[in-house]
Amino acid sequence: MPQSADKVLDHSKLFHEPEYKEMLANKKATYECGHTAETIHQIGDWTKSWEYREKNLAREAVTINPAKACQPVGAVFAAQGYEGTLPFVHGSQGCVAYYRSHLSRHFKEPSAAVSSSMTEDAAVFGGLTNMVDGLANAYALYKPKMIAVSTTCMAEVIGDDLNSFIIQSKEKGSVPEDFPVPYAHTPAFVGSHVDGYDNAQKGFLDLFWEGAERKAGDSINIIPGFDGYAVANNRELTRMLDMMGVGFTILGDVSEVYDTPSDGEYRMYAGGTKLEDAKASINAKATISMQEWCSPKTMEVVEKVGQETAVFNYPMGVSATDSFLMKVSELTGKAIPDQLKLERGRLVDAMADSQAYLHGKTFAIFGDPDFVLGMAKFVMEMGGEPSHCLATNGSKKWAKQMQAVLDASPFGAKAQVWAGKDLWHMRSLLATEPTDFLIGSSYGKYLERDTGIPLIRLTFPIFDRHHHHRFPTWGYQGGLTVLVKILDAIFLKADQDAGKVGETDMSFDLTR
Amino acid sequence: MAKDHVSGPEELESIIQEVLEAYPAKAQKKRAKHLSVTTATEEDPDPVTGIASKCDSTKSNIKSIPGVMTIRGCAYAGSKGVVWGPIKDMVHISHGPVGCGQYSWSQRRNLYTGTTGVDSFVTMQFTTDFQEKDIVFGGDKKLEKTIDEINELFPLANGVTVQSECPIGLIGDDIEAVAKKKNKDIGKTIVPVRCEGFRGVSQSLGHHIANDAIRDWVIEAPESEAKKSYEPGPYDVNIIGDYNIGGDAWASRILLEEIGLNVIGCWSGDATLAEMERAPKAQLNLIHCYRSMNYICRYMEEKYNIGWMEYNFFGPTQIAASLRAIAAKFDETIQENAEKVIAKYQPLVDQVLAKYKPRLEGKSVMLYVGGLRPRHVVTAYDDLGMVIAGTGYEFAHNDDYKRTGHYVKEGTLIYDDVTGYELEKFIEKIRPDLVGSGIKEKYPVQKMGIPFRQMHSWDYSGPYHGYDGFAIFARDMDMAINNPVWGLFDAPWETPAVAAE
Repeated sequence: MPQSADKVLDHSKLFHEPEYKEMLANKKATYECGHTAETIHQIGDWTKSWEYREKNLAREAVTINPAKACQPVGAVFAAQGYEGTLPFVHGSQGCVAYYRSHLSRHFKEPSAAVSSSMTEDAAVFGGLTNMVDGLANAYALYKPKMIAVSTTCMAEVIGDDLNSFIIQSKEKGSVPEDFPVPYAHTPAFVGSHVDGYDNAQKGFLDLFWEGAERKAGDSINIIPGFDGYAVANNRELTRMLDMMGVGFTILGDVSEVYDTPSDGEYRMYAGGTKLEDAKASINAKATISMQEWCSPKTMEVVEKVGQETAVFNYPMGVSATDSFLMKVSELTGKAIPDQLKLERGRLVDAMADSQAYLHGKTFAIFGDPDFVLGMAKFVMEMGGEPSHCLATNGSKKWAKQMQAVLDASPFGAKAQVWAGKDLWHMRSLLATEPTDFLIGSSYGKYLERDTGIPLIRLTFPIFDRHHHHRFPTWGYQGGLTVLVKILDAIFLKADQDAGKVGETDMSFDLTR
Repeated sequence: MAKDHVSGPEELESIIQEVLEAYPAKAQKKRAKHLSVTTATEEDPDPVTGIASKCDSTKSNIKSIPGVMTIRGCAYAGSKGVVWGPIKDMVHISHGPVGCGQYSWSQRRNLYTGTTGVDSFVTMQFTTDFQEKDIVFGGDKKLEKTIDEINELFPLANGVTVQSECPIGLIGDDIEAVAKKKNKDIGKTIVPVRCEGFRGVSQSLGHHIANDAIRDWVIEAPESEAKKSYEPGPYDVNIIGDYNIGGDAWASRILLEEIGLNVIGCWSGDATLAEMERAPKAQLNLIHCYRSMNYICRYMEEKYNIGWMEYNFFGPTQIAASLRAIAAKFDETIQENAEKVIAKYQPLVDQVLAKYKPRLEGKSVMLYVGGLRPRHVVTAYDDLGMVIAGTGYEFAHNDDYKRTGHYVKEGTLIYDDVTGYELEKFIEKIRPDLVGSGIKEKYPVQKMGIPFRQMHSWDYSGPYHGYDGFAIFARDMDMAINNPVWGLFDAPWETPAVAAE
């Protein structure tokens, strides 16, 4: 009998026991009617061939293992960054269950959002009643300061008009007349979660800034973008800007709501951008977007009111942080303090100490467009070579931008850019043109298994490792986190490669 | 830091009233029908549990109220996520925009054996990734091409299912015509499933639609070679409604095989298409998740005269009772075997109880799960001496609540399609020692200082079925409740908060 109370075996070991192995072998042989081991082996090898790669890259219809989600999850995430705000997604209810689960699985935190629970009758008659009742219920139960409305594809296909529905709901007394209900149409069949984030942010600015007269001041606004590391990154931004003495408002700051303490109280709302600060943010001198591809429409609104703008692409590493800080300095007239220079020097010091292990290592990188841009830049700065840069939600325009970044460094000379491709494409790329390492999200673990290329988890979603998002990847301090994660993977690989006792362990080095 | 749970049914009734007061009038009236406390009944007690209470005064399987944070999912989740997704040698296309398939990708822990991407496809996400033009011009052509590409790139896939997302039914696509055409073209089973998320009120209709699709497109399809070539035997059974979460179906199969039965098909954890096709050749259908698969059992009974029976493999009391009941459907050899198997595992059960029962006895539990577990796991807790303070279902029907009366005693709080608000308030008032629910509930509950286990995914553990699973179940409940972290919530330099009352 494999099981015992002394040493309880769960799924990770139980099914390796002889009784279960025998049972599964019998199931396979007698009942499954599967293919022969030889055929599976043969086809398995074929899926890693150049011939397969060509067929795979020629796909026009099916998407397999994409690295992107749909618009509304981005809108929900953006809304959660405002004080006391309840995201309200108009459409089918299952979608909201999915967004909440998805975000909770990454952050290991509660994720609150409600649905208007539209069903077949709403598909026929439209979802006005659902909106009217839904706003009233959400307002009464969860006492939000703001309800941020977005849409599932169901509501978009039947053409529900949010603006008119919200006006009618207010007329019917669902929420007070002056209660803020920003909205964004977020069709899942256009773009991805980064566009949903953008549409929601635009919706907030439209509402907050509507009819307000701008009195230009000295402060700046920051739009962080959709970021799985937002908890630590927004805090790191805050720390750096405080050190510089800059007045600033982060528009949509989830760092508190996705990092509440365990002390006996569940806080559905925590922190977030104060609504009055969001209103006053029209008076800022400038708005900086940390992620260009998360904010094109939002930045148009910013430009329209006469603010200066600056956009970055998930700035990581030394020079990207330099550029960010210098831009802030230029916009605000505040000097970059010596303390930050010291931090910069420490990051450079660490990179110099480790350069021999980084130089010439090749990386495949996948993720959102801004992340891939920022990551590739930092990799090249360390002397690494990005070989494959892939963004499922990257456009042709992004590909050009990516190519330009690669062209600017000799370390980018061998890189290939893959816009609109998915992780099954990446499997073919890695099987035919392997790299030393793979950088991406937890979804990359299947590629690691199939190709043996170690995965370094540095972007959303990270489901199978805990708490990574609690450490920043932005700023010089964040650069250290990223550097150490990459180095840990490199050194672990070196140890594993020297792992066979008496055969390959001549390089099992104690000191490196 | 958990308090003793509330003293009696009257107090529970007053908690329900208090919770309802937060709603606007229209919603209050509706929600009142879904919350209740079990009462006494004239019915005979259940022979195994010795319990009888009236549980079905709660309304169920009704539309969720907008804006209240229902925990429910949708029909797509019920079909792709639950019923079809685990069938490993078929490719399941999430047909429509990218999100549904993305959020459900690899999240249900239906364990399987096989080479992923070559002959097995469970932990992959295939989608037609609808764009605006597909909405405007229709997606049938793209679906056709998708099936062709899958056939070319995954030649060992034995079939394809089309799991419809919301837009499909709204834009008038004819996925059935595509399925028929492609079936002719490539000769593989192609199953269109009309499980658009807006259909029905929860996952439940998705289960039903998925069952019907199996009936129409697999069982009633022309006989496959796999089916034709199978010679049925007198001990052939199917496991129905076990999705192999954390290996549940394997920990169940091992027991059924030990008593001398042949499990010719497992619906649908770790299943192949052939196992589905051959199912009508079995002597008996053994159903674990009644809610999601009773439909196909009734159909096979009607059409093929195959009997079916419910069983419960959570906790040693129910396992033994179920093994005996199953064996009773067969001859004496099987019945003797069942006794031998029960005796064989008794020492393990004794060890597990000796180790864990003293640590768990008297602890109170609140459950909120899907359509089966809110009653089925109750006796596993009972075996460990734990007490159920409240339970509820996301998507049960009236027959499930009726059955629940055989598991929970008079004076248990019942909540159907509970809202985030209600569940939080109930937990706050009752302060059980453990809550078992899903990922969305996990972190709010833990913040309140109450131990929690995910009871959909087994919190990445499992199996919980069978004797092997019971040991894991006991270990997991113990580690959740008796972890030192719960004692660290209060900062020592602050006076402990005085209870509000």
